[in-house]
Amino acid sequence: MIFLTRRATFSASHYYWNEAWTAAENERVFGRCANRNGHGHNYTLEVTVAGEPDAVTGFVVDLKWLKDVMEQEVLAAYDHRHLNLEVEEFAAGKLIPTTENIAIAAWRRLEPAVAAAGGAKLSCIRVYETPEIFAEYRGGQ
Amino acid sequence: MNSGAGSAGKAYFGRRAALSASHRLHSDALSAEENRAAYGKCNNPHGHGHNYVVEVLVGGEVDPETGMVVNLAALDEVLRKNVIERFDHANLNLDPCFKDRVPTTENLCSVVFGLLKDALPAGELEYVRVEETENNFFQCYGE
Repeated sequence: MIFLTRRATFSASHYYWNEAWTAAENERVFGRCANRNGHGHNYTLEVTVAGEPDAVTGFVVDLKWLKDVMEQEVLAAYDHRHLNLEVEEFAAGKLIPTTENIAIAAWRRLEPAVAAAGGAKLSCIRVYETPEIFAEYRGGQ
Repeated sequence: MNSGAGSAGKAYFGRRAALSASHRLHSDALSAEENRAAYGKCNNPHGHGHNYVVEVLVGGEVDPETGMVVNLAALDEVLRKNVIERFDHANLNLDPCFKDRVPTTENLCSVVFGLLKDALPAGELEYVRVEETENNFFQCYGE
């Protein structure tokens, strides 16, 4: 089994807010991340797929194909967007756009396309919010 | 209540932090010649230092109320109290953790794992990785 990883970057803004809480509670738990005017990051998305190299091409997947899928499924929706205001899964009352939830949401966006292609399986999504802060999702296992 | 994350299962949160420390690789169980052979420059008598990077990965369910595996500020506090304040700008050889252990980065990695394992504010410690330089690093899963 070979694990292949493709990296891409996107820039987006967000804030953390739980609609069920008071403003004071949100500010206590989320601190500066609860500023309703939002703030932004340069995110790095790492997508790892696992499989056997094809006998003819030697590829686990075609990297260009993976790049295009990442662009269509994730970057087209997230890059230069306000995650809370412009991305469906992070709308008020849905997922808070923490790094953990961005990794989970990116998995949900990518997994059907990777599965539909047959062959390699989605193995891991890693999202860096800064070079020092990241989250990882392996499909919940 | 925010919805949707509750059924996602396990996720991981990672944090990287820097610390600078000195050490000397020397084993009392070896002769001077054997130490020199095993450790080379790292055995120089007055020690030397590194800018280490400690990376921790914490695994757990995403709290549906916060969207978090672990709160970053709470994790930082534990990292600071248990690891950074202890080793940053210190001589590792003089720390009680290395009284009977050579402060190789393998051993530092496993010591840091031990210091953090039961101190986390939430989740479980998946691994500790210590980068000694840009070109070498070590990872401990606590096994």
